[in-house]
Amino acid sequence: MVDKGADQKGATQAAVARLRRSRWLLAAAVAAVLAVYAFGGFSIYVPLLGLALLVAAAMLPADVERQSADDAAAIEAGGLQRLSGEYLAAAVADPLIIFDRTAAIVHANAAAFAAFGGLAPGMSLSLKFRAPEMQALLDGIVSGAVASDVVDYTEKLPVERTYRVSASSVGHATDLYVLVFKDQSEARRIDRMRADFIANASHELRTPLASIAGFIETLRGPARGDPAARDQFLQIMQNQTGRMARLIDDLLSLSRLEMKPYLRPGTEVDLRQTIDSVIDSLEPLASENGVVIERDFIDGPLSVPGDRDELFQVFENLLENACKYGQSGGRVTVSIAGSEDGQEAGIDVTIRDYGPGIAEEHIPRITERFYRVDVENSRTQKGTGLGLSIVKHILTRHNARLSIKSEVGKGAAFTVHLPAS
Amino acid sequence: MQSVHIMSAYDEELKFLSKRIAAMGGHAERMVEQAVAALVNADPGLAQKVIQDDLVLDEGQREIDDKAIVIIARRQPMATDLREIVGAIRISADIERVGDLGKNVAKRVAAVIDGRQPSSLFRGLEALANLALTQLKEVLDVYASRSVEKIGFVRDRDDQIDAMYTSLFRELLTYMMEDPRNITPCTHLLFCAKNIERIGDHATNIAETIYYIVTGDQMPADRPKGDKTDQVVFPGPVSAK
Repeated sequence: MVDKGADQKGATQAAVARLRRSRWLLAAAVAAVLAVYAFGGFSIYVPLLGLALLVAAAMLPADVERQSADDAAAIEAGGLQRLSGEYLAAAVADPLIIFDRTAAIVHANAAAFAAFGGLAPGMSLSLKFRAPEMQALLDGIVSGAVASDVVDYTEKLPVERTYRVSASSVGHATDLYVLVFKDQSEARRIDRMRADFIANASHELRTPLASIAGFIETLRGPARGDPAARDQFLQIMQNQTGRMARLIDDLLSLSRLEMKPYLRPGTEVDLRQTIDSVIDSLEPLASENGVVIERDFIDGPLSVPGDRDELFQVFENLLENACKYGQSGGRVTVSIAGSEDGQEAGIDVTIRDYGPGIAEEHIPRITERFYRVDVENSRTQKGTGLGLSIVKHILTRHNARLSIKSEVGKGAAFTVHLPAS
Repeated sequence: MQSVHIMSAYDEELKFLSKRIAAMGGHAERMVEQAVAALVNADPGLAQKVIQDDLVLDEGQREIDDKAIVIIARRQPMATDLREIVGAIRISADIERVGDLGKNVAKRVAAVIDGRQPSSLFRGLEALANLALTQLKEVLDVYASRSVEKIGFVRDRDDQIDAMYTSLFRELLTYMMEDPRNITPCTHLLFCAKNIERIGDHATNIAETIYYIVTGDQMPADRPKGDKTDQVVFPGPVSAK
């Protein structure tokens, strides 16, 4: 059944290809007929001569082409001959791209679309993969200088990914070539993470550790016999260890996120339900801070592609920040609306507080790791300096954007723009 | 993609231009990336490499100019083809400038290395560079796919770059005022930040050229220009905030 379908498809494709190949001949023939019509009364020999020349010219290349196609078919005659290349490509889990002599894409499998996006048949590969080593690889293969080659290729943005790319020609005299991308990001990322983790963590853990060490020294020395001071110091030490524990939790969740840069495709998240449960879980914190959470949701279904747990964490972090830092405003508004900017359909979730707001110069930088607008305030609010970088990381993976609007004294609005599927 | 001409050599020539642009773009992206890495990791060896790599881009621009002029003279192109060729000349000039800016950042590495500045400054510069490079990458991706309807992102990103640059500018001024010994390295870093911000502007120029190549119209000009560093002043000594 499958074979038959593939045969039929092949036959139609061949017919179309023949038609395409002879399009210039057809056009010339039409032109010739028109010429005959126009110069009808003039002379019969002029158009006749033209037609004869045309036919002679058209026959020669057609023969050569048929010959080479026959050769290729004869060589390819094997057990897999009937298997469609498309099925074969789809069965490969790694990104795979088939291209022709001009480095134009002939076929890209689903994994390639997921990894690189923006691929279309006919698009030039050397325009898409511009890194010098990829250019050299493509040039080498297409010019026939090497039959196959392997390079390491790193994409830094938007998320860092490293591939081992192998290129080789397909079959005999098919004029087709294939690129296979083997993802090496995991290994590279683990290396990087180890270095980053040590640098960040040691710096951030040193402060509470130094303070604990100081109190221990005091407890063993001058404050040895003072029960009131002892209690107070132990309380501070407990707070500091709590802070270290939170920091480690956040660092771990950030590195977990960095471990899996892609999102599993195909899962949908119900935003209404997710945000409702975020609000429920933060209700105690809000009332403790004297903040009222207001809702303003549009009607209708509100689902977007994404990972529920991750989006939960995004809204939890944002709402928690709003309740803590916007405490003085007394209320926080969570609104869901259809996206307004016409370029991309999606859903905007805005979390707005009416607290002191954020000064303009800090806004572009607050998603950096350990960047704090006000170090003291952040520490008393049990912040780790990682909340917003986790948010940003998750949103990058969701192809979503975070925009922050704030004016000092008027509160801040964090808007998450999630693209619809 | 480009339409097909009867002369396949003509198509080849046009394809050569766009392929060369892409190669130059890839090269420039790599240079900027490495220049910033050299700055952040204090690596003068890498910086030297970037400085030498700039020759490739100069060569690329000359080649595109020559080729484009030959095509215009020989084929007398019209409409899309003419826009394609003129666009290639303009884009290659922009990319060449991006390379120069990258080179300039690399040149300053040596001056910044002694006397390490606070790591938050380097993180800020890196974040700024990531924004500018993302901008450049997306623009060059649009050059490959010709899907200009997605080009609106350029403006969003431009605003972000400007805001980030203004914020870094303030921070650098603060460091300079804290301690006069910081003035030399911070001034170099200020120029680095400025250069990176300019890279974002060149990416925007390229986006406008691509829009023009594909549609034949100018990109609607509702771009409120600017970073706000021209308004940043600290009157007298500032209180630490």
